[in-house]
Amino acid sequence: MNLTLKVWRQQNADSKGEMVTYKVSDITPDMSFLEMIDVLNEGILSGDIEDKQNYGPVAFDHDCREGICGMCSMYINGEPHGPGRAVTTCQLHMREFSDGETIYIEPWRAKAFPIIKDLVTDRSAFDRIIQAGGYVSVNTSGNTQDANALPIPKENADAAFDAATCIGCGACVAACKNSSAMLFTSAKVAQLSLLPQGEPEREKRVMDMVKQMDEEGFGNCTNTGACSVECPKEISLENIARMNREFLRANLTSSK
Amino acid sequence: MSGLIKSSLAKKYWMAATGLFLCLFLVGHLAGNLQLFIPGEEGKIQFNEYAKFMTTNPIVRVLSIVTFASVLFHVIDGIILTVANKKARPQNYAYSKPSKNSIWTSRNMGVLGTIILAFIITHLSNFWYKMKFGSLPVDSAGYTDLHGVVMEAFQSPIYVIIYVVSMVAIGFHLWHGFSSAFKTMGVSHKSYTPLIEKAGYAFSVIIPLGFALIPIYVFLTNS
Repeated sequence: MNLTLKVWRQQNADSKGEMVTYKVSDITPDMSFLEMIDVLNEGILSGDIEDKQNYGPVAFDHDCREGICGMCSMYINGEPHGPGRAVTTCQLHMREFSDGETIYIEPWRAKAFPIIKDLVTDRSAFDRIIQAGGYVSVNTSGNTQDANALPIPKENADAAFDAATCIGCGACVAACKNSSAMLFTSAKVAQLSLLPQGEPEREKRVMDMVKQMDEEGFGNCTNTGACSVECPKEISLENIARMNREFLRANLTSSK
Repeated sequence: MSGLIKSSLAKKYWMAATGLFLCLFLVGHLAGNLQLFIPGEEGKIQFNEYAKFMTTNPIVRVLSIVTFASVLFHVIDGIILTVANKKARPQNYAYSKPSKNSIWTSRNMGVLGTIILAFIITHLSNFWYKMKFGSLPVDSAGYTDLHGVVMEAFQSPIYVIIYVVSMVAIGFHLWHGFSSAFKTMGVSHKSYTPLIEKAGYAFSVIIPLGFALIPIYVFLTNS
C-alpha cells in the first residue's frame, strides 16, 4: 500500500505546530498503525522519505502495543484511535485503510492535555484526578482481609468490572466536542462506589475527583455519547449518569 | 454543599432542571393555544377569556415568573458552559468527523438554543408585550382582543414561516435535550432509560408540531 500521511508536527510545548505531508510506501495490510508509523520514522531517518522541514522522526506515545496500557493516542482521520471500534491505535490495522488513501494524524486536543512534542501529550491530569480520590482504604496492619470474603451482588461486580476496564488513554476527552473528562472520571468513581471496599470514601471520593477534574480545565458533559462510541474499552455512558447521581447524593448527604 | 453551586456538574444540574421545567411549560402553553382551533365568535371569546385568566390569576403569575427566570437561567448557564467548553479546547482538530460518533442535535444545542432565544424575543414582542403594554380593542364580551392580534399576525406568510422554522429548532433541541436532562440528573437505568428516550423523541415531535399547526391553520383558513 502507498499512503499519503498528514501528520501534526510540533517541536515542543511552546512552538507552533503544523500539518506536514509525508508519502509512505510498502505498507502491508497486516501491519498495525504504529508499525506503519515505525516505517515512516525509519524512512525519515534513512532519508528515503522526504522531511523538508527537518522535523526528524515523529514522536508518539506507545508501550504495550497490545491494546491494554492506554499509552497510544492518535486522532486518526477525525476520530480518536481511528475508524475502528473498541480498538486502540496499536490494535488498528492497515487493512482498515485503502491503497492511495490520505490519512490525517493528530494528537489529542485539550487544554488539559498539553502537547509535549508532535503526537505526544501530557496526560498527567488523569493521574491527578485518580490521586484526588481513586483509591480505597485497606487495612495493612498484617491481618488484611481477603477481598473475596465480602459478598458483592453479581450485577454490581459486573458493572464495577466493566468500569474498571478503562485504560485511561484519554480518547473520551479527545472525542468530546467539549474536551470533557466525564467518562474517564465517572468510570473510576463508578468502579469504586459499586464495591463495599469503596464505601468508606464514597462521598469524599466523588466530590474530590470532580473538583480535581474541574481544576484541570476539562469541559462539561453534553451527553453527546461520542466518548463512549470512541472508547477502546467501550465504557458505558451509564457511568456518567451514575456519577451525576453519586455527586448529587454526596453533596446532599455528606457531613463535610 | 458548595458542589451544588460552583462545580461543573452543578451547572449541568441547573441546565437540566430549568430545561425540564420549560418542557412542562410547553405542555401548558400548547394546551392553551389549542383553543385557537375553535372557530367563530365563540372561539374568539373563549381564547380572550383564557388570556385574561392567564394574565391575572395569582398562581399563573407566580408560574410565569418562574418560567421567565428559568429561561434566563437556562440561557446564562448555557453561555457560561459554552464559553468554558470552548476554552477547554483552545486549538481545534485540522480534520474531524464527529458525525461518526454523535448525532447532530447533541452537538448543536447552543446554536439551536440561540435560534429559540431569538424566537422567544420575537414571540414576546408580538403577543405578550401587546397584551401587557399595548392598547388593544375589546371583543363583544368585553375581553381584551388578543385573539384578533393572533389572527392578524398569522395572515403574514413570513410570520408563519418564522414560527414553523422556530418550532423545528425547538424540536431538534428537545430531541437531544429531553432525555439528556434525565441523564444529567442521574436518572438512568437500563430498564427505563430507553422509555425516557422514546418519550423524549415523541415529545420533541408532538409538541412543536402542535404549536406549528396553529399558524398554518390560521393562515390557510383566513386567507
